[in-house]
Amino acid sequence: MDGLARDSRGISSATLLLVVIIVLMGIVGVVWYYQAQIQAGQRVVTISTTTSLYDTGLLETAIAPAFKERTGIELHFIPKGTGAAIQDAKNGAADAILVHARSKELKFMEEGYGVNRKIVAYNFFVIVGPQDDPAGIQGMDPIGALQRIAEYGQQGKVIWVSRDDGSGTNTKEINLWKAAGFNYEDIKNEPWFRNTGAGMGQTLNYASNQRAYTLSDTGTYLKFKKDGLIDLVTVVDKGEELINIYAIIIVNPEKYNKDFEGAMELEKWLVSEEGQKIIGDYGKDTYGVPLYFPVVKVLEQKDGDIYNWIVKYGFIEDNGKLTESPQKFRYKADISFFEEEK
Amino acid sequence: MGLIIQGVLGAFHLIFSGNPDIIEISLRSVKVSGIATLIAFVFGLPIGLVIGLYDFKGKHIVRGLFNGLLGIPTVVLGLILYLILVPLGPFGSLKLIYTEMGISLGQAILVLPIVISLVAGSVSLIRSEIRELAITLGAGELEASIAVIREAIGGVILSIVAAFNRAVAELGVALMIGGNIFVKGSALNTRVLTTSIQMYTARGEIDLAIALGVILLFIVFGVSMISNVIQSRLT
Amino acid sequence: MTLIELKGISKQYGSQVVLEDINIEIKKNEIMVIMGHSGAGKTTLLRIMALLEPPSKGVYKYKGNPVKINGFFRKKVTMVFQSPVMFRGSVYDNIAYGLKLRGIEKKEIRDKVRNVLSLVELEGTEKATARKLSGGEQQRVALARALVLEPELLLMDEPTTNLDPTNVALIERVIMELARKNNTTVVIATHNLFQAKRLADRVAHLYSGKLVEIGDADKIFENPGVEITQKFITGELRSE
Repeated sequence: MDGLARDSRGISSATLLLVVIIVLMGIVGVVWYYQAQIQAGQRVVTISTTTSLYDTGLLETAIAPAFKERTGIELHFIPKGTGAAIQDAKNGAADAILVHARSKELKFMEEGYGVNRKIVAYNFFVIVGPQDDPAGIQGMDPIGALQRIAEYGQQGKVIWVSRDDGSGTNTKEINLWKAAGFNYEDIKNEPWFRNTGAGMGQTLNYASNQRAYTLSDTGTYLKFKKDGLIDLVTVVDKGEELINIYAIIIVNPEKYNKDFEGAMELEKWLVSEEGQKIIGDYGKDTYGVPLYFPVVKVLEQKDGDIYNWIVKYGFIEDNGKLTESPQKFRYKADISFFEEEK
Repeated sequence: MGLIIQGVLGAFHLIFSGNPDIIEISLRSVKVSGIATLIAFVFGLPIGLVIGLYDFKGKHIVRGLFNGLLGIPTVVLGLILYLILVPLGPFGSLKLIYTEMGISLGQAILVLPIVISLVAGSVSLIRSEIRELAITLGAGELEASIAVIREAIGGVILSIVAAFNRAVAELGVALMIGGNIFVKGSALNTRVLTTSIQMYTARGEIDLAIALGVILLFIVFGVSMISNVIQSRLT
Repeated sequence: MTLIELKGISKQYGSQVVLEDINIEIKKNEIMVIMGHSGAGKTTLLRIMALLEPPSKGVYKYKGNPVKINGFFRKKVTMVFQSPVMFRGSVYDNIAYGLKLRGIEKKEIRDKVRNVLSLVELEGTEKATARKLSGGEQQRVALARALVLEPELLLMDEPTTNLDPTNVALIERVIMELARKNNTTVVIATHNLFQAKRLADRVAHLYSGKLVEIGDADKIFENPGVEITQKFITGELRSE
């Protein structure tokens, strides 16, 4: 096409191709460099967390903006089940974890990955089911209700849906079954027992479609109920066994070189007056009831049913005492931990 | 059915109300997958050309390998890349986990076989006769190869479009490498269309999920249509 | 005067022997027709002459010197294929391609393209999209694309097999007139006996990869030297 080019167009095309490729690589390099610059310029604390905290929007829309305004630190929440969130931190991808499964949290600390565990909030799990309540468990205590569900289930009258995904909710469910006298691994293969392997929302949808019972966290249930996505009602919401306790654990700085100070800032802020108020107010406008309850006041008062339940289901044994974080898992903490005599 | 119609109506409302979050997420999808396509193109074009233009030992094994990689499940690739890119992994020091560039690189690896296979395929399809024609008209090897590439331009464009569309529509890599991070006003967000569709579905916010799905479809169809126009102009 | 010389040329693909010990001399400015049944090896022989593939054995000489695959000879020989292959783009792009490779000025290219197009009776079609032309027109473009280079050696592989009689006549006329005027030596492969008779100065008969007879056209058609050529001429020969 080019009459001026004395050399053949084959050569010039080859040169053009080479130039194009070099330019394109240059663009990628510039974008990469630019992103690295932003990364270097913005302090970020990454927290692996559970879907039941994440999917209500508490973390992203309430906590992250307020914390950034206060400290300038940007919070990146990576939603996974509690099990996967812990694994994420073990892989060095997180500065802290925000989860709700005491046994797994303890293991995480015992393996040397986490320190300075602090309880930040609580709420209750609920057993939800179809409106007509075929198992007739309305108002029962959770253990009795599960025993009834299993009995009716084995008779083919009702269905139970389990997340079976290693999440905190799933961990709670396994413990509840255990308290009711059932081995989860045994009953999970029975025909009345369905496993979704999915998040809370999908599991609620499935339970609604199957007219089945399931265990849910309050936040997700209320949200789905209000949006008219599920046809399930709360059948059991009372009982100490249903308490759901959220805690933050900081990644051990002796294990990985993460932003320990930044993560500790977050921990302190979460149990500060401001942090606790944001947690307690979240969802009130939308649902009429709070989705999460602030925990610090309860722990300070050292009194009442809730306090006893939190100690029973949220504290860890440490040399004859019960505490949020045993002595050996505390590291350069300029923060106090609640303790209780056994 | 009512839910779908309601969702679509809500979707259009959200799209035309110019919700800044939705615009940001959509633009990020295009940017992240665009860069992924670019990287895949830079590496895939020369490899595809070599495979398409020249005969060498083990060529069909190489082609078979890339053809096989065409269908790699994105979650599997996402998982592998996650394990490689986490700080504890072999490439952890690149600090690519939970970043846009991390998604771009992951998607680039995902779509590289598409670029290679389509380029190699279209080149080898027209290769022998165009190459021989050029040679009989006095072209050298290099000039003949250039002639083949010029003829294969349709296939090259198709490979770019197919690569981009696969990248922009995939979820596994974006979720596992990106982490679906979103902080209002942050320059380090990684939420893209597919991860937000997944998230809003999980959260039961179906109209938002559908809105983002509609945008994703528009992008995919739009890119395909533009490429059709370019291709018809070229031939 | 001898233009090119093939000495002991053989070609085999794996164990399949396509050409066996071919010896041909082609003289400057003659029209040599290589005739034979389909599958006799005509195309392979032409492809070797066009430097599209190397022979398995034997020597290929141009004016007494062995031909190098990437040597200057490549720009002196060209080939028209049985079914025309067009580059994407216009008729002009197609015909100008070889001229551009030779670094010819744009203005000169334009003149040459115009002239050669009128020769094949496609005046004014420069801007037409080559691939949208009819088969006969495409073959005429292919011929023009070859002739415009004024090659010393023009190879044509069954150039008119798929064409209607009008196009066949036109192409044959161009070959006869112009090839001679331009000092071009022409080698045509055909299985069409009548075309061979119309065009040939000399004829070579290829049968199952072997050269069974070569000589002046008059002599061979009047009085073939071997029985197998006799049978080909009378139409009794069946390909294997």
